[in-house]
Amino acid sequence: MLNLVALILLFPLIGTVINGLAGKRLRKETVGYLACGAIGLSFLVSFMVFIGLLQLPPDERLFEKHLFRWIESGSFISAAALQVDPLSVVMILVITGVGFLIHLYSIGYMHHDKGYHRYFCYLNLFVFSMLLLVLSNNFLLMFIGWEAVGLCSYLLIGFWFEKKSASDAAKKAFVVNRVGDFGFALGIMLIFLTFHSIDFTEVFSAVSHGNFEKGSFTVTMITLLLFIGATGKSAQIPLYTWLPDAMEGPTPVSALIHAATMVTAGVYMIARCNALYLLSPFTMTVVASIGVITALFAASVGLVQNDIKRVLAYSTISQLGYMFLACGVGAFTAGVFHLMTHAFFKALLFLASGSVIHALSGEQDIRKMGGLKPHIPVTYKTFLIGTVAIAGIPPFAGFFSKDEILLEALVRGNFIYWSLGAFAALLTAFYMFRLLFMTFHGECRVDHHAMEHLHESPKNMTLPLVALAGLSFVGGFFGIPGANALEHFLAPVLGGHGHTEVRGAVSAGHHGAWLPYLMMVISTAIALVGIFLAYQMYIKKPGLSKKLAERFRLIHKLLLNKYYVDEIYDAIFINPTKKISTQVLWKVIDVRMIDGSVNGIAWLVGRIGSVLRHLQTGYIRNYAFYIVVGCILIIVLAVFGR
Amino acid sequence: MPMLSLVTFFPVIGVFFILFMDSRRKELVRVTTLLVSIVVFVLSLPLYFNFNAHAYEMQFVEKLPWIPSFGINYHVGVDGISLFLILLTTFLMPISILASWHITKHVKEYMIAMLVLETGMVGVFISLDLFLFYVFWELMLIPMYLLIGIWGGPRRIYAAIKFFLYTMTGSVFMLLAIIALYFLNYRATGNYTFNLLEFYRLELSFAVQFWLFIAFALAFAIKVPMFPFHTWLPDAHVEAPTAGSVILAGVLLKMGTYGFVRFCLPLFPEASHAFIPVISWMAIVGIIYGALVSMVQDDLKKLVAYSSVSHLGFIMLGIFAFNIQGIEGGITQMINHGLSTGALFLVVGMLYERRHTRMIADFGGLTRQMPVFATFFMIVTLSSIGLPGLNGFVGEFLILVGTFKSRILYASIATSGIILAAVYMLWMFQRVMFHEITHEENKKLTDVSKREFAILLPLIIVIFWIGIYPSSFLRKMDASVNHLLRQTGEGVNSVSRLQKQNKQTMPQIDIVSETKTEWE
Repeated sequence: MLNLVALILLFPLIGTVINGLAGKRLRKETVGYLACGAIGLSFLVSFMVFIGLLQLPPDERLFEKHLFRWIESGSFISAAALQVDPLSVVMILVITGVGFLIHLYSIGYMHHDKGYHRYFCYLNLFVFSMLLLVLSNNFLLMFIGWEAVGLCSYLLIGFWFEKKSASDAAKKAFVVNRVGDFGFALGIMLIFLTFHSIDFTEVFSAVSHGNFEKGSFTVTMITLLLFIGATGKSAQIPLYTWLPDAMEGPTPVSALIHAATMVTAGVYMIARCNALYLLSPFTMTVVASIGVITALFAASVGLVQNDIKRVLAYSTISQLGYMFLACGVGAFTAGVFHLMTHAFFKALLFLASGSVIHALSGEQDIRKMGGLKPHIPVTYKTFLIGTVAIAGIPPFAGFFSKDEILLEALVRGNFIYWSLGAFAALLTAFYMFRLLFMTFHGECRVDHHAMEHLHESPKNMTLPLVALAGLSFVGGFFGIPGANALEHFLAPVLGGHGHTEVRGAVSAGHHGAWLPYLMMVISTAIALVGIFLAYQMYIKKPGLSKKLAERFRLIHKLLLNKYYVDEIYDAIFINPTKKISTQVLWKVIDVRMIDGSVNGIAWLVGRIGSVLRHLQTGYIRNYAFYIVVGCILIIVLAVFGR
Repeated sequence: MPMLSLVTFFPVIGVFFILFMDSRRKELVRVTTLLVSIVVFVLSLPLYFNFNAHAYEMQFVEKLPWIPSFGINYHVGVDGISLFLILLTTFLMPISILASWHITKHVKEYMIAMLVLETGMVGVFISLDLFLFYVFWELMLIPMYLLIGIWGGPRRIYAAIKFFLYTMTGSVFMLLAIIALYFLNYRATGNYTFNLLEFYRLELSFAVQFWLFIAFALAFAIKVPMFPFHTWLPDAHVEAPTAGSVILAGVLLKMGTYGFVRFCLPLFPEASHAFIPVISWMAIVGIIYGALVSMVQDDLKKLVAYSSVSHLGFIMLGIFAFNIQGIEGGITQMINHGLSTGALFLVVGMLYERRHTRMIADFGGLTRQMPVFATFFMIVTLSSIGLPGLNGFVGEFLILVGTFKSRILYASIATSGIILAAVYMLWMFQRVMFHEITHEENKKLTDVSKREFAILLPLIIVIFWIGIYPSSFLRKMDASVNHLLRQTGEGVNSVSRLQKQNKQTMPQIDIVSETKTEWE
């Protein structure tokens, strides 16, 4: 069954090609079902591969499938070869599973769009790229997927290319990701120089054979360079700026980017390279710190945003920060666990918000919503489940994974990581319930024009919502403490670096067996406090938030403007580059200096020529005169010259 | 069968026929030229299929005495380095001619110039006799000069003369160096010859290598063009007709990089090594500078022209990495640049034919009107950016890996060029293809015609082919590039020997240590 792995990639590729070449001539239904079918089949095969892998003994769960030779030059070899192991199987299941639901939802959501076939062509390509990223068995092939998801995000964010904001956002996403890719590419080169190979198996086995000591400079450089790539793809400080703008694309695309594909790439990559990362304590500190700071930073911005999708975008950045925190403290399994649960509830939240926007004929501002609960009940219920899951209320998915991360941050990391992470959790619960209350509860602020068209979404949109709500509910049980199936499954890849030893240490009594349970209680309490505050401010005393905003005007403005980071980047990087390129490099160096001297030489030659021309008068008497002068000169030189 | 001569001189046979045609029958002239160029391409295909990938020696060699009293031979051959440049030339030629259909002024003369140009270009890549090489080198200059000067834009005379003088300046020094090699070889071996393969065996002193390298390198650096010898390029491109730009960017610029690989490196290995920092820095400055200046252009052709400076910088960097990845990457990138930039000029040409402007500001929102065109344009743009899976990535990444192996610093700076490439290309694409249509004229634009489709499709196919399965290209280069490295590798050893000697002699002239011992 493992041999089928290539099919997982093939189906979405076929979908892309058919819809890309012939989609215009096909019926809308055909286009949509073709795209969905491709991902659906891909999911089925992924599941078969998963079963196939389960049949192997845990230590042998690694299967490689060589397709063809790709780039080979001298000792530099990168094959087109796939790798199936527990980590990649978890990823492909999430990608195709959630991806399928998003495709299904898109059939309804995009029904009226002119670029229907173009949309599904890109969507399939997106899933294909992400699958390639997680299935490749070497760094360079992974890099194709890595850049290709960047391309797909470019195409889909800029899907409505006639809107300037959309095409700007698309370009920004690509370029910012390129900055990250710059680091990733250098990382690959350094890996090749160090290990003389870019195959995962060879690199990681070289590491595990102890050829490198802990803290080695080269490994630190490699891991840092790769991490630059991860900050681009997974939207961490300082390269997160593209993600909030990415909501310019159709809402299902946001769901795809934020949940199943793209942003999870960085977390996956670090988990994949856990052997390397563990060798560099310095990089681990950087990863954990960036992660926890991003988690807090993005959550604080999320507090005051008024665009339903923008709040969700910042929550994604914040949640990704948690995953990096987990990786940074060495709890890779916890990171992947949160990746998975986050994929469920974030896809749910985005699709549900899409359903809200759909119901309100395109309105995204939560100040113009409110009281929608009775009008769109299915959307409300599913959105509620997603919100509860992300806020971290047991037994919903987000609770287990976030709690896991916070526990690991405390046990393996330090108190600062935990407290910052816990504070961010408080903010998360607050802003998510603020979003929920402002959208669905309270008085209705929808203008009557939109009110007339207010309707619940069709079945093919609500069905995926219900499915995802179910996953958001049960997703956490895969990694429930005590019987952690996910952890056991991932152990061969993420090894003893998972949290088994912590649990062991904990239950052996170093910290007392009560610690995990105490932590659960604290986590739940934190979430409840956040919800309570949101309830107080937005349900009980609706005027309170305005008063607070006026009281702390500066902070409010700073948060509302997202700390002015975009403006700062513009002022530091973008504008000076444009200015210098135009005013100095082009207009002065190129035109004046280089071309000026070229034309100057030509002018000089011309001048000399026109001066010398006067010698050629055509009069014999002048030439005779020159001859006489010449003769005299020669005689003078001959006589007096010596 | 003299395959190479057939490929090289078939266009001239075509010229012979066209000469006797009535110049008023434009369609006939066009179709004939197209057919001739297609036949040439078909004739060049056996070079690929019959090429022995395991041999580094020259293949399909032909050698006939030409001017025996001076030791000048008609001596041609192909190896894994020149093979693909020949194929690139014969591949781009039918495409360029198809893209010249709109030319109505002096069609006959135009087509003759194109065919003569093809002979000159192929000749340059196959010559193994330096005299013959120089003849072809100058031969191709003339039709290009005419193409720009007669069929060019408003400032065509300025651009044509600039192009000609720039190139001539370099060529003169190269001619001197060729003559010098001729006599040096005579002094060493006692026979007069221009045979390149004989010259390879010469052992030249470092000083001689140094000056001859400079003479050759100047000619090639202008042709590449390397910063700061690039200012002829934007003018030439802007004024040249579309096909002229395609050939100029696609093939003529490769003469420079090819020259470095074929002549400078193996003839003057030690000097080449000594020049690594100079050339590499010029290349790096070119990469960044070309990208930055490209970014702020408002003329599409100028933008593409400056991007060429950036791309060619990558190629030079790879060649001077002196390892297999760098040089194979460099050669691959020569092909890639020919395809992607050629395609970009074709795309720009199609816009120009419709709107008679090349200013970015005059466009915007074209995707709605021209969806098929938009797809082609997008693929070409991405190929130029070096997106993995398309051709540009293979060359660029190998170059960077090769450079990284030899000098980490150079590679790290150069890699930032991939960010800038995304910036200037995507920004351009956005302003031309996205947004609402703001100019009324653009609402009437038509999508690609069948002819334009036929022009772009082959390029797109090869762009994907190289990106997905580059082995069919790389494997044919291995033997030749390895041989080249052996040729230059001897140079490496002697340089390191020199450095070692220097180090050994250092302590004896170390004044500080001597004074120290006195104080003690």
